[in-house]
Amino acid sequence: MTPPAVAPVPALEAHGIVKAFPGIVANDEVDFDLRTGEIHALLGENGAGKSTLMNILAGLYRPDAGEIRLDGVPVVFRSPRDAIMAGLGMVHQHFTLVPSQTVTENILLGLDRPRFRLDLHRSEAEVGRLAGQFGLRVDPRAKIWQLSVGEQQRVEILKMLYRGARILIMDEPTAVLAPQEVEELFRTLRSMTADGRSVVFISHKLSEVLAIADRITVMRRGRVTAAGLVPAETSTTDLARRMVGREALESVARTPQRPGARVLAVRDVAADNDRGLPALRSISLDVAAGEIVGIAAVAGNGQSELAQVITGLRPCSGSVTVGGEEVANRHAGHAIRHGVAHVPEDRTGVGSAPNLSVSDNLIMKRYRDAPVARGWFIDDTAARTLAQELKDEYAIAAPSIDTEARLLSGGNLQRLIFAREIDSGPRLMVAVQPTRGLDVGAIEAVHRVLLARRESGTAILLISEDLDEILALADRVDVMFEGRIAGSFSAETADIQEIGLLMTGGGSEAGQPVETGAVSGASSGGAERPPA
Amino acid sequence: MNLSLEPRTDAPRWFATAMTVAAFVFALTLSGLIIALVGGDPIRSYLHIVGAAFGSVGVISDTLVKATPLILTGLACALAFRMRLWNIGAEGQFLLGAWGASAVVLAPILPAGTPAIVVIPVMMLAGAVAGGLWGFIPGILRARLGVSEIIVTLMLNYVALSWVQFWVFGPWSEGGFQQTDAFPREAWLPRLTDFANAVPALGGLTVHLGLIFGIVAAAIMWVAIERTRWGYEIRLIGDSPAAARYAGIDIKRRIVVVFVISGALAGLGGMSEVSGVVHRLQDHISPGYGFTAIIIAYLARFGPLRVVVASILFGALILAGREIQPQGIPAMIQGVILFSLVGADVLIRYRIRFERRLATA
Repeated sequence: MTPPAVAPVPALEAHGIVKAFPGIVANDEVDFDLRTGEIHALLGENGAGKSTLMNILAGLYRPDAGEIRLDGVPVVFRSPRDAIMAGLGMVHQHFTLVPSQTVTENILLGLDRPRFRLDLHRSEAEVGRLAGQFGLRVDPRAKIWQLSVGEQQRVEILKMLYRGARILIMDEPTAVLAPQEVEELFRTLRSMTADGRSVVFISHKLSEVLAIADRITVMRRGRVTAAGLVPAETSTTDLARRMVGREALESVARTPQRPGARVLAVRDVAADNDRGLPALRSISLDVAAGEIVGIAAVAGNGQSELAQVITGLRPCSGSVTVGGEEVANRHAGHAIRHGVAHVPEDRTGVGSAPNLSVSDNLIMKRYRDAPVARGWFIDDTAARTLAQELKDEYAIAAPSIDTEARLLSGGNLQRLIFAREIDSGPRLMVAVQPTRGLDVGAIEAVHRVLLARRESGTAILLISEDLDEILALADRVDVMFEGRIAGSFSAETADIQEIGLLMTGGGSEAGQPVETGAVSGASSGGAERPPA
Repeated sequence: MNLSLEPRTDAPRWFATAMTVAAFVFALTLSGLIIALVGGDPIRSYLHIVGAAFGSVGVISDTLVKATPLILTGLACALAFRMRLWNIGAEGQFLLGAWGASAVVLAPILPAGTPAIVVIPVMMLAGAVAGGLWGFIPGILRARLGVSEIIVTLMLNYVALSWVQFWVFGPWSEGGFQQTDAFPREAWLPRLTDFANAVPALGGLTVHLGLIFGIVAAAIMWVAIERTRWGYEIRLIGDSPAAARYAGIDIKRRIVVVFVISGALAGLGGMSEVSGVVHRLQDHISPGYGFTAIIIAYLARFGPLRVVVASILFGALILAGREIQPQGIPAMIQGVILFSLVGADVLIRYRIRFERRLATA
């Protein structure tokens, strides 16, 4: 492999890629090139067309026009299989692993070889060697369900390497990782490029992109707005401007505010996850009116289950009260009636009904009450009026309120969900990963909405894997690890390094660990140091 | 040349309807080819079918008589399918409904000589309750224990068949024949021909009140699904059970209720058949209405009003098909229609790409 500077032919080139979806040109004459041995970051808001471009390169979509060249040779991929056979592999945000099988079995799955006799030991050794070469710490014999999300991601990378991928496309790889895991991933990516492989790195996080990329390409509204920037010659503000077309607000102003009366009280709650394993082990926490409490945790440490317990979707032991009223272990309707709004983690599967209209989705929590309900009937005019008002107020971009929800972009779907949840006039709002996968503009809108709710006195439990988001919004931060509160901080004392360590279970001497499950209401300010 | 499937993200609303109609036309074309292949004349056959089904007031009436049980069982399937409950037991629920309605006069539940104005509503109720019970069993098993409703409803069809046979051959047998005594006139649904004394033109028209049941049921179901809170919940559950649960809907209860209503509709169909057409309970009271109903529900894309239209089409096919051949061709056409619909379903969701392979590095 030749070093990038003298390589005349890029490893991967896309010329004049055009891909139109109804009503939108997702890629409009896009050019992109990836040099051998480089990490090329692709930045852009959601809907900017970067996923479309990568899906075209990886063989999932076919372009309407344009040409793809691999090492200078024009290629047409009919499927991801074609792409991987040509040495181009993509690691998606959502993993495609068989939980009950081992790492090695998953890696071998779908391969032509071994043809007949499966010599697992030999394959395990090969996988182990490959993992060692690139610093991908994972046991080849472990079953997938035993692995953390970060380890599963390593398996996905190994899968591609095992298939001989020379070019790796990583779609938002850091979205699910803790800070320490991100560092580890970066080391892996660097060792891969040192080995002559090339990486396309898709991300929203500007600081990460600047830290890892050799070159940066920015997309906006289906077009490339900056091609091949070198990190040294740019900055986060510059990149943000190119992404959104204006100066992005780095953080939304959070005004100091005295929290009101206690709204949510969780006491000694324990619950199992879907597999019947303990997910919550004696959790206690409080949220007061006009306060945002952030739950910082790496995926799979019980935070999703916590949200489900509070919103009545998962049975538990212990007690959950909202305004003094017990809401746990009843059904979701009970929690809704007691003023619990829920912005769920899964926007498309839980938070909306994809094939129903925007209007039908907006009345989901209001159809039982007047004016939408009229006796047994739904007043169509009232429903449509309400839907139209919410659509206008929250600037939900959709052709009409009759558009099916599945046709909305991620940001607009989230707007719809927030519009609906806020319209229900909640006392408590549980927001889970409210900005995951959203673009800068949409994230900002969500942050504004959350802070506006805080000011109007709603108690907000914000569960997020994005530490920056939690630090920007939360008045207090509880860190969860393996179903327990591993530490509590006030906004003033919160330290990203300490929180990061506690999130990954490494923080017994760092931070201010609070005894497990003993975060009582009185001390739930949490910090040892008093707020300044 | 390669062929591949790509998900369709942009299908407009009319597309599904257009594809359904296209599938229907395609099925008739393919069936025509098969008819030609076995030496028949497809054009003449189809013209004959149309003539035999819609050629005169008399045959239109006969078509509607055939369509009536299909409408009610078709609605039963469409309602359940709407919630993604695969009730393929409309046949058994139909039979139970026929049995329940018959019990009113044969058990007897009401004494002989009770006027029609009492007998008919009680028979309707009995048919609906019996069919509803047959729907309740798979419903409660699915809701409480997560038992597959497909298996339960399929198997209950055979139980229902044996149950009817037991009564027809045994306790209610008319002197050992596989049928019961004829019902008294009070237990007959009024037919148009019953009014021939007043309006001679109605003579011989056997279309009966059951058709009105079907049309009214379709109208009520449309309003219920499109305009009521309950219907909204059904649509929500049908599209995304997780979202429905999140919205605070008790899905288990809805499953049971929908299954009971579905069974009751099919049961009413059975009642309408014994009371409006056969006037007694007998073995083979249904030539598979409950199974044809599955095709109809699909052809109608689960829309209640479209079920009525599709049922009339199938009523015509069943009636006129018999004019051509008692078994083979009409059943073949039905089968081809079903397969075309399944094929169209794929085309509605995916787009087919043909392309030449340029090069693969």
